[in-house]
Amino acid sequence: MNVPPQLNSFRTGPDERGHFGIYGGRFVAETLMPLILDLEKAYAEAKADPAFKREMDGHLTHYVGRPSPLYLAERMTAQLGGAKIYFKREDLNHTGAHKVNNVLGQIMLAKRMGKPRIIAETGAGMHGVATATMCAKFGLECIVYMGSVDVARQQPNVLRMKALGAKVVPVESGSKTLKDAMNEALRDWVTNVSDTFYCIGTVAGPHPYPMMVRDFQCVIGNETREQVTALEGRLPNSLIACIGGGSNAMGLFHPFLDDKDIEIYGVEAAGHGLNTAMHAASVAGGKPGVLHGNRTYLLMDADGQITEAHSISAGLDYPGIGPEHAWLNDTGRVKFLSATDEEALEAFQLCCKLEGIIPALEPAHALARVIEIAPRKPKDHVMVLNLSGRGDKDLASVAEHLGGKM
Amino acid sequence: MSSTRIDTRFADLKRQGRAALVTFLTAGDPDTETSLAILKALPDVGADVIEVGMPFTDPMADGPAIQASSQRALKAGQTMVKTLAMIRAFRAADQTTPIVLMGYYNPIYIYGVGKFLTDAKAAGIDGLIVVDLPPEEDEELCLPALKAGLNFIRLATPTTDDKRLPAVLANTSGFVYYVSITGITGMAAADPWAVTAAVSRIKRHTKLPVAVGFGVRSAEQARAIAQAADGVVVGSALIDALKATLDGDDKAQAASVGAVTKLVASLAAGVRSAKRGGK
Repeated sequence: MNVPPQLNSFRTGPDERGHFGIYGGRFVAETLMPLILDLEKAYAEAKADPAFKREMDGHLTHYVGRPSPLYLAERMTAQLGGAKIYFKREDLNHTGAHKVNNVLGQIMLAKRMGKPRIIAETGAGMHGVATATMCAKFGLECIVYMGSVDVARQQPNVLRMKALGAKVVPVESGSKTLKDAMNEALRDWVTNVSDTFYCIGTVAGPHPYPMMVRDFQCVIGNETREQVTALEGRLPNSLIACIGGGSNAMGLFHPFLDDKDIEIYGVEAAGHGLNTAMHAASVAGGKPGVLHGNRTYLLMDADGQITEAHSISAGLDYPGIGPEHAWLNDTGRVKFLSATDEEALEAFQLCCKLEGIIPALEPAHALARVIEIAPRKPKDHVMVLNLSGRGDKDLASVAEHLGGKM
Repeated sequence: MSSTRIDTRFADLKRQGRAALVTFLTAGDPDTETSLAILKALPDVGADVIEVGMPFTDPMADGPAIQASSQRALKAGQTMVKTLAMIRAFRAADQTTPIVLMGYYNPIYIYGVGKFLTDAKAAGIDGLIVVDLPPEEDEELCLPALKAGLNFIRLATPTTDDKRLPAVLANTSGFVYYVSITGITGMAAADPWAVTAAVSRIKRHTKLPVAVGFGVRSAEQARAIAQAADGVVVGSALIDALKATLDGDDKAQAASVGAVTKLVASLAAGVRSAKRGGK
């Protein structure tokens, strides 16, 4: 890929047209273009309004339960015998994952824009649950599109969304997973333009979504800077997070991008293995293309048809990645790794047994690489893993995969 | 830019005082041979301009009929190379009917924009409609296409207000495709009064012909739209007519081509019976 000359900062993107290098942009139907321009304007105004930030900070503290702890995983650290491992406990947020940070911001924006009807897509259901939660809190109508395959494997979250008053629409088209849920949400938006706000769950989609979702998720990295400085008297040596679309990773990484000595690792889902067709690693196994409003790395065939992703984790089961991550890969600032279903399952079990924390299968992918990297690092190497969500939702599928071994 | 078959066709029809019937089919639905047979049969039953859909796995602006149609084509092995070959085969026998390729950007991007434009022009394609390329992304394909001598036909929608219309029309050529509803293809029907108002609004900003689509299913609707617009686009209704003839494995039957041509003939009669005001 085109590698630009040495950059002064990795934190200035996107440009005014929503580009991160060649990635990003606004590849949407004309019907949606005026809506996206409205959103961009409304977000810029909200961002500049101290009252918006004050209200948001209040909800983050009193409703979401922030700051989330930065927890030293002592037994994991001892067992691996190398780097000092911290978990950023996004699993302890209200609704059980990092998703709520972004949803709070978008729902407050929807309210500000006078849009009473909220639509969202969801894969694992965590973004759907967060959206249903915030819609209940702010008194807005909520419709969540979810692939029918995901509806079947994430039943607890479907029930949570319903209990919170959301309408869950199973999507039967295409591969019946996250990408198809996103297609269906876009079809809804193009039909209901006047009253509907599309609450996207990750750092992808047309500009300004990748930037806006990133900004809302940066609370993760900003808190981590303060917390690690308080605990260690310095910044960490490395950061690691799982990447589907990449919002939890971007939230952790972005505030550290210009600290050039910090190693940053993104972990994609390798499914049955990168040498098979059954994975969801769009950087490792895809190439740049255009889908869902942005140019980014995508899984596709030689004719530009999007192929189905596979991961044991519904939240990583998407054939693309946020455009800013694509750019961070090409510039070399973030190193992209991957972990298979099997490796994630092993890490999941280790985390349960050593730390008393049931992680979601998504961050279990990042933990799988921690298990490999940490032993090779010295004991004064401080590593922060984004524990982006809790694993209660995954217990049924873990039990099924492990059979009698659980 | 020299005039294309699209420009010539609309100019001829204007002289005749009638609107164009613009018909859509998905290349390779349900297989390449059948869709080529349909394509070849369309001009004789009254199609004035033909839109050929390039199938895509994720047709975000399309309703269930065209989604399923794209999936049938892809399942049967349709590729961009085969789609371009279909147009070449059509062009060997028909030098005048304009062909517009319609679809989404990724298959073109992956084929390679430069190579695509060269091959499309050589195959006898006259224009492009690419749903997910708004004016904000004109440098991607629109400007190179215009330079290559192809029309780039833009969609204007009910959300395209007077302030935005000039930007949408700036690099549009051939004709303007007015999407008469906010929504996906093949769903709600357009209200003829609203269409009339919208067409006059667009015409205040451009001299290009304005064709209207989304939701047109019957000869009566086609006639009503043809009274206000320079062209009537019909897509999902034709896909549905084709689909109704397929067997349980989505295989074409003896009646498949005829079902489409019969509906096109009826729509053409509707368009031709329209009374055009003030011309």
